[in-house]
Amino acid sequence: MIRHTLHSGVCLTVTLAAMAAPVLAEPLTVSNWDGYMAADAIDTFNAATGNEAELVLHATNEEIMGKLIASKGAGYDVVFVSSPFAEVLHNLGLAEELDHDKIPNIANLYTEATELPHDPGNVFSLPYAWGTTGLCYRSDLVAEPTSWYDLLEPTETVSGKTTMLATDRWLLAAGQLALGYSVNETDPDKMAEVRDLLIKAKGTLLAYDDTTFYAKLVSGEAELVQAWDGWCNYGIGENADITYMIPTEGSDLWVDTMVILKASEHKDAAYAFVNYILDAENHRWAAENILYKVPNKAAMDGVDPALIETYPNMGMAPADMLKFEQLRDVGAAQRDYSRLVSEIKAN
Amino acid sequence: MSTDRRPMILMTPAMLWLFGLMVVPCVLILVLAFFRRGVYGGIEYTVTLENLALVFDPLYFKIFLKSAGIAGLSAAIACVLGYAAAYAIAAMPRRHQSMLLFFAVLPFWSNYLVRTYAWIVLLNREGLIVNLARWLGFEGELPSMLYSEQAVIIGLVYNYLPFVILSCYAPLSRLNPDISEASRDLGASGWTTFRRVTLPMTVPGIATGFVFVFVLSIGNFVTPALLGGGQFQMIGNLVYAQFLTANDWPFGAALSMVLIAVMLGLLMLQAVVAERASGRKGAQNG
Amino acid sequence: MADRNTFRLMLIILGVIFAFLYIPISVLVGLSFNEGGLPTAWTGFSFKWYGALLENEDILKAAGNTLIVAIFSTLLSTLLGSLLAIGVEIRRRNGKWLETLIFAPMIIPDIVLAIALLSFFSLIGVKMGLHTIIVSHVVFNLAFVCAVVRARLKNFDWSIVEASADLGASTFTTLKRVIIPVLMPAIVAGALLAFTLSVDEFIIAFFTAGAGRASITLPMQIFAMIRFGVTPEINALATLVMAVSVIALALSQRLNKGGLPGQ
Repeated sequence: MIRHTLHSGVCLTVTLAAMAAPVLAEPLTVSNWDGYMAADAIDTFNAATGNEAELVLHATNEEIMGKLIASKGAGYDVVFVSSPFAEVLHNLGLAEELDHDKIPNIANLYTEATELPHDPGNVFSLPYAWGTTGLCYRSDLVAEPTSWYDLLEPTETVSGKTTMLATDRWLLAAGQLALGYSVNETDPDKMAEVRDLLIKAKGTLLAYDDTTFYAKLVSGEAELVQAWDGWCNYGIGENADITYMIPTEGSDLWVDTMVILKASEHKDAAYAFVNYILDAENHRWAAENILYKVPNKAAMDGVDPALIETYPNMGMAPADMLKFEQLRDVGAAQRDYSRLVSEIKAN
Repeated sequence: MSTDRRPMILMTPAMLWLFGLMVVPCVLILVLAFFRRGVYGGIEYTVTLENLALVFDPLYFKIFLKSAGIAGLSAAIACVLGYAAAYAIAAMPRRHQSMLLFFAVLPFWSNYLVRTYAWIVLLNREGLIVNLARWLGFEGELPSMLYSEQAVIIGLVYNYLPFVILSCYAPLSRLNPDISEASRDLGASGWTTFRRVTLPMTVPGIATGFVFVFVLSIGNFVTPALLGGGQFQMIGNLVYAQFLTANDWPFGAALSMVLIAVMLGLLMLQAVVAERASGRKGAQNG
Repeated sequence: MADRNTFRLMLIILGVIFAFLYIPISVLVGLSFNEGGLPTAWTGFSFKWYGALLENEDILKAAGNTLIVAIFSTLLSTLLGSLLAIGVEIRRRNGKWLETLIFAPMIIPDIVLAIALLSFFSLIGVKMGLHTIIVSHVVFNLAFVCAVVRARLKNFDWSIVEASADLGASTFTTLKRVIIPVLMPAIVAGALLAFTLSVDEFIIAFFTAGAGRASITLPMQIFAMIRFGVTPEINALATLVMAVSVIALALSQRLNKGGLPGQ
């Protein structure tokens, strides 16, 4: 009986494995955040190049990383992830080493954007958008903040109306910056200080949120939030009283990148796609519509000056951004970071 | 019929399905819990006990206790409300009972996410309840009800209440009215009758309801994520995070083993409760 | 026998609890017809949010995927679950292990089954997609179908099976001509229940789905939409999803009088 069962189990496994064989030719699969590129970008790309690309969405870096690690990259061709996660993909051997000859539009990038610390020379990633992390607030409801402590130790009237980013690294960065530490600090004593500061801050928080904080500002549910500059712009677009600022202690320089996966079965189409995105005209369209700065000089030079007037953070020069430190992959210390965040959330 | 092999033929496909897609994967999780996580996620095939040890690490034990607290409170509230509802249904005329029960359980079969989402609409600071309060003339600031422990508990109770109503109704409807009548004839008050007769005989239904709400709550990750504003971690959220964000599959596997252990433990406890109650029932009948 | 006051108290309890159960979902349904879409003000009756759903390709695609998953997993689980129920009831004396195995899929926490399946598919190298969601849904669905069918078999008169065998009918003929026709209402009720469960299931689908839009189901879409904020479209979608579940459940209940699913 046991042998019989085992035998059947093996048969079932074999059958399941057979299902693994690809049946249909799948389209070029691009995963990006929702609303992070032109709604018709895929269609125009398909029309222009005769490819059959498909866009899928991920809500967070971690979500797409989980999927990529589970499938060893299979099923995806191009993914948009923040730079530390691109580094992880590279370290895991899942990222394609880029052949620059196939990406002529790389020439459009700012020089600064080709020498970013996480990937000098764009070996495995191409910057898509960049910016800072600061405070986004309702200037009609709260006094102008100056410091990270305005968020972490809010006055009584603002207490209960603040949100912080839910993603491990940026959540910790708020504490690291406030205390004057590196955003890649791993020293246990210093990180314990960061943890204690953030645990205290949690008591005054409305929620951890990295998807709807600007909507909460617009509705008035929140009044002061930790935000990426570009997403604050969405709020500014709906309510002119919403304002973005970088605290005196500084910010991080975040870079969202495009990575082609080694497992891609449509490498040529994938190269064509990233090249298409880096086209001056296409990338300019992205900047003007997603309201994020793009590291593409040719594109930024063409951005409507009126837009920069409305969204001042769009006008920040690359040299100014580079004063801030980039989040880097911290390798084995990531586990300590996860633990710290668990400790913060457990309180 | 004992030598008959025909039933085995009928059962085999389903048994194989359950074996291949439930037993084998669960055993796999069991094994996974004894391996080590690679630096960048993935699995290093070195046998270790550190994942299981980590479960009892003060930090994770604290999270465990906290989520057990939330789950226990939710289960207790659901049991009180559910028992009251089931008792009331059983007190209605027989011909209406199945209809009432049907409508009590109906929400349980609609989409879980939708039911949770409804509370976001009701509870948020600019939501329906606050607006209603303002409309009624309430002035001043109301605290945000959403993104709090209470919101998580309300969400859990709301979602699982129908289940408790169902599990409590079953023994209540089987209760022989003669027994409580006899108790009253012997001079016991209504409350005494309830406490000494009705309640003990229907305890197994409450126990079943409690166990299910507790287990479903402690393993839940959707409600804390949507109604808790990411500020509360249930074991379910921890497991979710290990698999989808921290990429620490072995630790996630160890945590889910704990979940299974808790569930089995509670089910055994419930079986004991049921056995005791049926023993008492036997004594009363005899 | 209950006196008037007790009865009144019971009615109040029922009123309060039914209000608790139904007000939140009724609010959603009501808002889905609110022209302005916001919970703050009623601006007029409108179907416009339903219209918006029909124009949202992501939602239509997700709805299509959900149907595929629900239909295939229902067919498979109805077949497997019904046969299992018949086999188990013919055998009667079933060991504890067997009963546990059949019961387990109904009580195992979703997240545990979800990660177990994810690890399993990932380790044996199965490419995930709608097919992995389907086979995973069959696991719990077949247990529910089995439970519904078994409930009906408890009152089954086995002597007709013996009579059929005495008349020389083969097992297969007996099954086809005698057992299955009697069980049909329960089998259909089980199938409808499985369909409802599959349409609504989120956690297991979320973990066992593959890359790309090709395997996004409606609950996954709803989860993503909720995470990106409260939009009036969700109300309309929620109303439709609830309507589907309620209709399927009501049909199931009608067909299988006497036993509520889960009882």
